[in-house]
Amino acid sequence: MRHIISVMLENEAGALSRVSGLFSARGFNIESLTVAPTNDPTLSRMTIVSIGDDGIIEQIVKQLNKLVDVAKVTDLTATEHIERELLLVKVYVNKDTQADIDKKIDDFACKIVDVSEDSYIIELAGQGKKIDDFLDALDAFRILEVSRTGVTGVCQKR
Amino acid sequence: MKLNGAKILVNSLQSEGVKHIFGYPGGAVLHIYDALDACTEIDHILVRHEQGAAHAADGYARTSGKCGVALVTSGPGITNAVTGIATAYMDSIPMVIISGQVPSQLIGNDAFQEVDAVGITRSCVKHNFLIKDINKIASTVKKAFHIATTGRPGPVLIDIPKDITIAEIEEQEYPSSVDIRSYSVVGRANAEQINAAADLIANAKRPIIYTGGGCITGNASNELTKFTKNLGFPITQTLMGLGAYPATDKLSLGMLGMHGTYEANMAMHGSDCVIAVGARFDDRVTANVDKFCPAAKIVHIDIDPTSISKNVAVDAPIVGDVKSVLEDLIAAMNTRSIQDISTWWSDIKKWRSIDSLAYKTSKGVIKPQSVIEALYDVTKGNAIVSTDVGQHQMWAAQYYKFDEPRRLITSGGLGTMGFGLPAAMGAKVAMPDMDVACVTGDGSIQMMTQELSTMLQFSTPVKIINMNNSYLGMVRQWQEFFYEKRYSMSYMDSIPDFVKLAESYGHIGIKVEDESDLKPALIEAFKQKDRTVFLDIITDHTENVFPMIPAGAGHNEMILGDRDKIEGDNQGVNLV
Repeated sequence: MRHIISVMLENEAGALSRVSGLFSARGFNIESLTVAPTNDPTLSRMTIVSIGDDGIIEQIVKQLNKLVDVAKVTDLTATEHIERELLLVKVYVNKDTQADIDKKIDDFACKIVDVSEDSYIIELAGQGKKIDDFLDALDAFRILEVSRTGVTGVCQKR
Repeated sequence: MKLNGAKILVNSLQSEGVKHIFGYPGGAVLHIYDALDACTEIDHILVRHEQGAAHAADGYARTSGKCGVALVTSGPGITNAVTGIATAYMDSIPMVIISGQVPSQLIGNDAFQEVDAVGITRSCVKHNFLIKDINKIASTVKKAFHIATTGRPGPVLIDIPKDITIAEIEEQEYPSSVDIRSYSVVGRANAEQINAAADLIANAKRPIIYTGGGCITGNASNELTKFTKNLGFPITQTLMGLGAYPATDKLSLGMLGMHGTYEANMAMHGSDCVIAVGARFDDRVTANVDKFCPAAKIVHIDIDPTSISKNVAVDAPIVGDVKSVLEDLIAAMNTRSIQDISTWWSDIKKWRSIDSLAYKTSKGVIKPQSVIEALYDVTKGNAIVSTDVGQHQMWAAQYYKFDEPRRLITSGGLGTMGFGLPAAMGAKVAMPDMDVACVTGDGSIQMMTQELSTMLQFSTPVKIINMNNSYLGMVRQWQEFFYEKRYSMSYMDSIPDFVKLAESYGHIGIKVEDESDLKPALIEAFKQKDRTVFLDIITDHTENVFPMIPAGAGHNEMILGDRDKIEGDNQGVNLV
């Protein structure tokens, strides 16, 4: 099963590689990993999406907790949570396709963040599924570049 | 008063109560060595190879229970030490390793003798630090010792760039306490877990206590002995656990696992309640996990939550410090009555009567098993025994009856050949009044003979029991059993004359070729209190370690030796 694991990490040099090293050394799967500072400058939040059965996820959570630089681990999937991912996609646009692409952008409530002579850069934030669907919809056109941030999330309860 | 970083580091080590450091100097640590020269409180033992430093610090820690300390230079200094660090990590040994690093401004420039020490060691340390600020030397040392010695212990590396050791700041007081918000130490277990386990134990009709190195690390021998004797349950110990419970006691079934006794493995297989204490269900213990303890509920006491249900699903986990958990369990069992297990004991007695450690003797030829038995007799079971890795290690575990903890010093997890000699040296430094024997083989000893030189310089007399069969015996055994006797690269030709080798290093060398000379030679060796004696004992070349659980088999599918008193249908186990 897919799990979103949120990790509060000491904002120290090398902390990220301790986590990624743990995943590779123990053969755990990483679907996506995002990391950035929080409002507390000494802590970073890392959000990891991993796939595994209950035993593996339990081991992942325990092994993360064991790392000295890890302050807190939450399996967001086990609680009410909000997850989002950001997509930037560059797509080829010409007179023939412009109307269709504009329609898709409307349908998915995306934003065009850059327009050039023959391309758009489109921004979309949402759950992973929505982003997958949007990319599927764009498949009929010429996608030039895709950049996804990977999932981040927060727990809904306090 | 202004002090340089090196002096602050040495003062910090002194504040931690460090009395011995095993190390080797080099460019990046010269300031530290200069500061050590002025320090009279700390003795430095100059090894001949950095791997030896790490193993010696490890042997020191295992024997004394204190934190071992190693000091090495940057680049090859730290890479040489990595095997020793990984060895300590796998066996949860408290150790602080200090490595020099190139000056801060050169880091990342491929400078002379530069390696990313923190990166290289990350996966084999409990934690590591790169000190970037002279003001953080003392607090980092404090944290390193705290992390290394608390919870499930392990090695911690401090990498310190040369410029940080040269810079000066005003002398500061060494921190008296340490606060790491993201690191907490497990203490007493919660009562619910204790009670759930106690209920399972009370209902057990075929219980067995299976204990590991955690009982030794956690100094829980007394509690374990009381717990076991109160219940009258059979107990088996892993390689790492030997000595936590007296091997000569009647409740002890000896070691379990790949080369465990018949009775220990059969009891595990037949048990309805396995009480695992400070053990981690290693693959050398469980054999095939799918066939592991098919009828048993499993109670697992461990300080490290990641050990619980990692390899084997656990029914009653208890996370806590083993000493306090056993105290609580003893109390919990006092309020419960337990089942009559006399039929279980009669099963075990039957298995015991097979005498799975029996071996054939033949006139004149020295059987390796008899070497350990003679060593046990001559030392009256009172020596510290370090081992290397291979057949001799298993024989030492099987035939030397360890009655006390911290007497068997062996690389269980990583299985590091070359560990034995420097570890024995570290043990002798920790316990100068005890006899220390290094049980080794002609393969293993050749990985670390250079430390014979250290042992002369620093007067650490050890008795080296070299079981010389001209083979990498364990490799040869596997090739005989599983590779149709194709002995690929397991025969060591051109073995040195170990007597001359020992003598050239200033020690005593004795060659023993006849069985009748064995005991007198051992007696003579141990008489030489102040000398290292190298006993080169020519043993039966093709002897194998039995019992053995082959890969993929279960505990009840052991291969037994041809002398074991097995009857009738049981003979079938020989064929597996």
